[in-house]
Amino acid sequence: MGSFFVITVIKAAIVFAVLMTTLAYLQWVERKVIAHIQVRPGPYRVGPHGLLQPLADVIKLITKEDLVPSYVNKPLYLLAPFLAITMALLSISVIPFGPTIDVAGHRTWMQLTDLNIGVLFVLAVSSMGVYGIALGGWASNNKYALLGGLRSSAQMISYELPLSLAIAAPLLLSNTLSLRHLVGTQAGAIWHWNVFRGPFPQIFSFIIFLIAAFAETNRVPFDLPEAENELVAGFHTEYSSMKFASFFMAEYANMITVSCMATLLFLGGWSAPWPAEYGSNWVPTAIFALAGVLALYHGLHPARRRDRLTLPVFGIVFFGIAAIFQLAILQSWLLPLFWFCAKTGAILFAFMWVRGTLPRFRYDQLMGFTWKFLFPVAVLNLLVTAFLVALVG
Amino acid sequence: MLIDTVLFYIFAALVLGGGILTITRRNAVHSAMWLIVSLLGVAGLYLQQQAEFLFAVQIVLYVGGIMVLFLFVIMLVNLDQAARERQFNRHWFVALVAVAAVGAEIGYFIYRGRTGFHIAELGAPIAAPHALGNTEMLADTLFSEYLLPFEIASLLLLVAVVGAVVMAKKRIQ
Repeated sequence: MGSFFVITVIKAAIVFAVLMTTLAYLQWVERKVIAHIQVRPGPYRVGPHGLLQPLADVIKLITKEDLVPSYVNKPLYLLAPFLAITMALLSISVIPFGPTIDVAGHRTWMQLTDLNIGVLFVLAVSSMGVYGIALGGWASNNKYALLGGLRSSAQMISYELPLSLAIAAPLLLSNTLSLRHLVGTQAGAIWHWNVFRGPFPQIFSFIIFLIAAFAETNRVPFDLPEAENELVAGFHTEYSSMKFASFFMAEYANMITVSCMATLLFLGGWSAPWPAEYGSNWVPTAIFALAGVLALYHGLHPARRRDRLTLPVFGIVFFGIAAIFQLAILQSWLLPLFWFCAKTGAILFAFMWVRGTLPRFRYDQLMGFTWKFLFPVAVLNLLVTAFLVALVG
Repeated sequence: MLIDTVLFYIFAALVLGGGILTITRRNAVHSAMWLIVSLLGVAGLYLQQQAEFLFAVQIVLYVGGIMVLFLFVIMLVNLDQAARERQFNRHWFVALVAVAAVGAEIGYFIYRGRTGFHIAELGAPIAAPHALGNTEMLADTLFSEYLLPFEIASLLLLVAVVGAVVMAKKRIQ
């Protein structure tokens, strides 16, 4: 019992630290990706390749004046960012990152807690996240903020329907609500993943899930709640300092959560795309070694003077990581973690890619799209899946 | 078992306190917030009864769906005027008679059904945990024993949805 508490506290601390770092650096990655899509270098001044930019941003946000306008509804104004960030971070607690592992004689999950209704819990918590935005918009007592809050609540309610229906279809294949068992039913190889698995491959619900997830997290092309050319900054117009940062962090935490959910529901979680006998254990080593070679090559032919120093260092770090993936003791938990992060990272990259590519929807297009197209398709997909599952099983 | 009792009283306080504050707040948004607190308390009570599916559905549907719609309507309609006006009329006598009538009714039925209620005996064996989860049991009962009522209820909801759309369309023309 005592060790249970100790392990849980340690796990919570690790998840919190990693999540917070990821939140900060996801923003750096996003700025870099979009910058390269738009053919410019992106953050470059603070640290090598702008790597210390997130740290500078955090310091700036913390030391900024925390202004509470005099005309706001104070209790709800203060509650809104708190609610947004709490609900965004809460769902991480049921997301499994890897299989059972043994650490110093203790057997434990790579997950804070496994609920038998894990999928429903994530849905429930994420459905409460809208209050942060809606209340923030209303309590600010500002017409732009109010319009942003109203738009977001209408949008999130509308897109929750296709999202839930898209989640229900792969659950029919896996026949469980626990996120851990969900991965277990997809283990083995790529054709066991729900997105490719018979009797009805869930490729449609995967696409519907991703589209609805873009809307639920208020991302481009569905970022109407904060459309800056019509609504100033939308629901967080009146927020400053860490209260603004809470909304910002909540958006990125929600992005991570939906990417993890997509990985667990459709892409087989932490299972490798093909069995270890055919060499899937060598993939991470190969990728990191390739990255190391690339970094070394560019270090020897530097485009800028500073690169002569920084890029070889990165190259050596990448070679070190590649070597670590071949250590037999660490492979049992490092490899699942690699596959999970790779899949989640690919979906997160898609989020940024879309932001760099697509323009924003008009509001009536946004609503028409979900009610007249996405929702019927999701219902049809669920019906076909249910019919085929009943027929085969 | 102490922690169960403490949790029960916390959830019960949330339900009752939230309910009372819902009907006494003047600001409609604050009322909606307290109603959400009350609904969350009910969800907690479900969880204490090991009805985790009901817990999740209570939050997804009521807190995450219906209450957001409530809030949406409250925010759209300008209620500042209504908040400044005197909201409570003084029909004390009528209200008192109505409350007494309902109270007598409830009291009568509790008296009639007094044999149906049991207060759990302290130290009685706790029911063994079910082999199936709450979700599976609910699905089994709903789709075998209560299939017809379930289908009728879903048809009723469909009729209500279609009716709402028809009425909304009529008003536009």
